[in-house]
Amino acid sequence: MTLNMGPQHPSTHGVLRVALELDGETILKSKPIIGYLHTGMEKQAEYKTYTQSIPQTDRMDYISPLSNNLAFCLAAEKLLGVEPPARVQAIRVLLTELTRISSHCVWIGTHAIDIGALTVFWYTWREREKVLSIYDMVAGARMTASYFRVGGLAMDIPEGLLERCEKFVDEMPEHIDEYEDMLKSNPIWLARTQEVAYLKPEDAVAWGVTGPALRGSGVKYDLRKNEPYSGYETYDFEVPVGRGKGDAYDRYLVRMAEMRQSTLIAKQAIARIRELGEKGPYRVQDHKYVLPPKEEVKTSMEALIHHFKIVAHGFFPPVGEAYAAVEAPKGELGFWFVSDGSPRPWRMKVRSPSFINLQALPLMIEGRLIADVITAIGSIDIVLGEVDR
Amino acid sequence: MALTPERVDERLRERFPTVAFERLEGPAIRDWTVIVPADALVEICTFLRDDPELEFAMLSWLGGVDWLPRVPRFETVYNLLSLTHGMRFTLKVRIPEENPRVPTVSGVWPTANWHERETYDFYGIEFTGHPDLTRILLPDDWVGWPLRKDSPLGYEEVAFTHNSPNRMKPSPGLKKLAPKKVKYRAQ
Repeated sequence: MTLNMGPQHPSTHGVLRVALELDGETILKSKPIIGYLHTGMEKQAEYKTYTQSIPQTDRMDYISPLSNNLAFCLAAEKLLGVEPPARVQAIRVLLTELTRISSHCVWIGTHAIDIGALTVFWYTWREREKVLSIYDMVAGARMTASYFRVGGLAMDIPEGLLERCEKFVDEMPEHIDEYEDMLKSNPIWLARTQEVAYLKPEDAVAWGVTGPALRGSGVKYDLRKNEPYSGYETYDFEVPVGRGKGDAYDRYLVRMAEMRQSTLIAKQAIARIRELGEKGPYRVQDHKYVLPPKEEVKTSMEALIHHFKIVAHGFFPPVGEAYAAVEAPKGELGFWFVSDGSPRPWRMKVRSPSFINLQALPLMIEGRLIADVITAIGSIDIVLGEVDR
Repeated sequence: MALTPERVDERLRERFPTVAFERLEGPAIRDWTVIVPADALVEICTFLRDDPELEFAMLSWLGGVDWLPRVPRFETVYNLLSLTHGMRFTLKVRIPEENPRVPTVSGVWPTANWHERETYDFYGIEFTGHPDLTRILLPDDWVGWPLRKDSPLGYEEVAFTHNSPNRMKPSPGLKKLAPKKVKYRAQ
């Protein structure tokens, strides 16, 4: 029997359709069918300037907009050959680590709901809302923040942000304990995640799986450690791996431990921002590529010209190609730009982790029961906006 | 000793002395990129994956580029990742405009399966030997290859009263609603 699961199924986290070939309740073959949310972002980017594309990236993985912004900006900065000041990098690290916490909060909440542990959702949403209000504070939008710019930030951080972030990261470990208390003694949760949806390490590597799903299989690879960006090599943190079985429970352990590590990184980042100044430069001083400060535009002719040129045409990157990736909450998120020297990218390629991790779904569910499909989909943490782009 | 892209390049030339490799050069080529001929692609990829010194066990991503009006028109790009060395290496294959085809690497890295389907979907590049070369993101009945440069962006015009004469006429199937009573402050 062939059964269509989705695209309108609540546990598929959007519009994923999985065609299941069944024998009774056992899955013989499965095929994920995607594309229902395809918006042609790669094509659209070719018709926009680099800055105009940043709001598009928010809409890919809408659970973690700032990670997407960061990957985009890093790739463009690599192409331009500019490096933002240390203060900007620390702010970026702080906000993307909060993004990771918020994304994992959404993940644990929805994943638990899917497999019968309803309560934890209400708790995680509370913490997620705190992160969203931090976005609101820095960028003026709760979900589609678009806060990072090529070469820096859209604006400086507001007063009181660091205190608020500090309060959040101080409280967070306690809340993580709360989530774990609700789950670790829940027999339904344990029965439905342990020994389910296995992904062997060699399969995970061959199928290009990255992020917590890869580390859940026991492969210790984290871009923040192995290919550091934004100064991650100077932060002190661990890369958690599961207990080496590669099942859904391992992926749960990895993400919970990652949230704790993120609070540690965020604390270090806050200390660093304090050290470098709560107010200060928030953009690169290279005004061929990055807007000059507004005060300067009002007084300097040259700054006014730069401002006008960048706003009217966008910046002109050199002819070339560059790929940069970040460790997004879902895995390796990368952007590849081809530039022909014009202010619009000739080609923008998105390496989206959800798309690639989803491809490994059949490995986890074939030969198992239908109920395990829901666990497997939840445990790889996909966002369909990013799968289909 | 840390592996460098120079060393990978050297190893490739050592192992395949007859193959014409060309390093992509330019003012802002930020990643080490080597152009390889299509017919040697699978062999080269298998070597890069299996060589104990290199171990490019993961294909990070694969994509296409349309260089219209340049000849040859298309390119496929392979971003390989060595987990043991934390290093990336980029391969490119140049493909002519008529009958664009390139051998599949889904036999080397199974992850290439969806990437190649996506590239086929966007550019119409055929991956010979691919197990299931169908459209992936676009509908099956889509006509054309949307990411080719000669494919227009396309959009649907938003209907306003000035560009659609019948905008004010309700469509025949629509149930007519009573006009909404709005009280303005000025009245």
